[in-house]
Amino acid sequence: MDRLDLGALFLHFLALWCVAVGGPSAILPDIHRYLVEVHHLLTNREFVEIYTLAQVAPGPNVMYVTLIGWHLAGWAGAAATTIPLLVPATTLTLLVGHLSERYPNAAIFRAVRSGLMPITIGLMFASATILMRAVNHDWRGYLITLLTAALVLRKSWNPLWLLAAGALAGVAGMV
Amino acid sequence: MQTESHKPSVSRIELFLTFSRISLSSFGGALFWARRGLVEQQRWLTEREFAELLTLGQLLPGPNVLNLTVLVGYRFAGWSGAAASVAGYLGWPFLVVIGMGVLYQHYGALPQVQQALAGMSKVAAGLLLATVIKLAMVLPRRWRSWLFGMLAFVGVGVMRWPLLWVIGAVAPCAVFMAWKAKE
Repeated sequence: MDRLDLGALFLHFLALWCVAVGGPSAILPDIHRYLVEVHHLLTNREFVEIYTLAQVAPGPNVMYVTLIGWHLAGWAGAAATTIPLLVPATTLTLLVGHLSERYPNAAIFRAVRSGLMPITIGLMFASATILMRAVNHDWRGYLITLLTAALVLRKSWNPLWLLAAGALAGVAGMV
Repeated sequence: MQTESHKPSVSRIELFLTFSRISLSSFGGALFWARRGLVEQQRWLTEREFAELLTLGQLLPGPNVLNLTVLVGYRFAGWSGAAASVAGYLGWPFLVVIGMGVLYQHYGALPQVQQALAGMSKVAAGLLLATVIKLAMVLPRRWRSWLFGMLAFVGVGVMRWPLLWVIGAVAPCAVFMAWKAKE
């Protein structure tokens, strides 16, 4: 294992988040390359387990970067991987949010919003289908996914119950 | 085209609490819970406003829902509203995830945990699918919107081309045509 250089880790994550258009999934491959293949700070198995763990935790999935930092170097490590996630995103977004709230009817903002909305929805549909194929390995899995979508569209049940039912089905070995 | 937004008055505390709740219920991805909290429960945003702010958040670097959080907080209570929203949205998960790191280092990965996770991940995929279907309902009934949506879906979801290429090719055309049509 290489010696951990927190400053370098911080700067690398900062650079990645500055270009992370499209969100965390766009830079995940590079984070894996940097930590596992180039610097050997984590094994592949550790990387996958930490990633999965963050998916089960409540909160945005992107918090896996915090968990990686903490695993590597405690609180300082968590800060070194979390601050870069926060700073470029919030600064730029505040700036753009300010401009678009001040000039809500500027032709360019209206064109950007209404022109890109279908693309956003198309991309999210792509994420949904990629995720569906990644987590399901047989027809029972697909059935659960599609049944969930149908229930959510028709009923206003709290989806936490659906997630709990999914967890139970998993432990019972049904999926 | 543009429905004039009624803007409810929302305090910083409400922003903090709402984004805390969204964040702490976000098992398996935050988008579903953000839409449910902001559009269905609080009714701070219409379906269309939500889709517009999400689009803006997606164009900027960083996690989409975090950018959405900043935009919503700023819209209702200025920069301190944005700070309150982000604190609610990221503060709790930061602590939770570190708590899980402690458990992970002590107990490793139990098989039951892995199985429960597998079951939950299938449900989470269904939640995301339902969210996208609901959002797609606000698209104007016009061939152009559906064409660009389909192109983005096929490029990234079926062909698996790099996201930046697809956006770089499709987005300028979509914005240009919307600008010409004066939407």
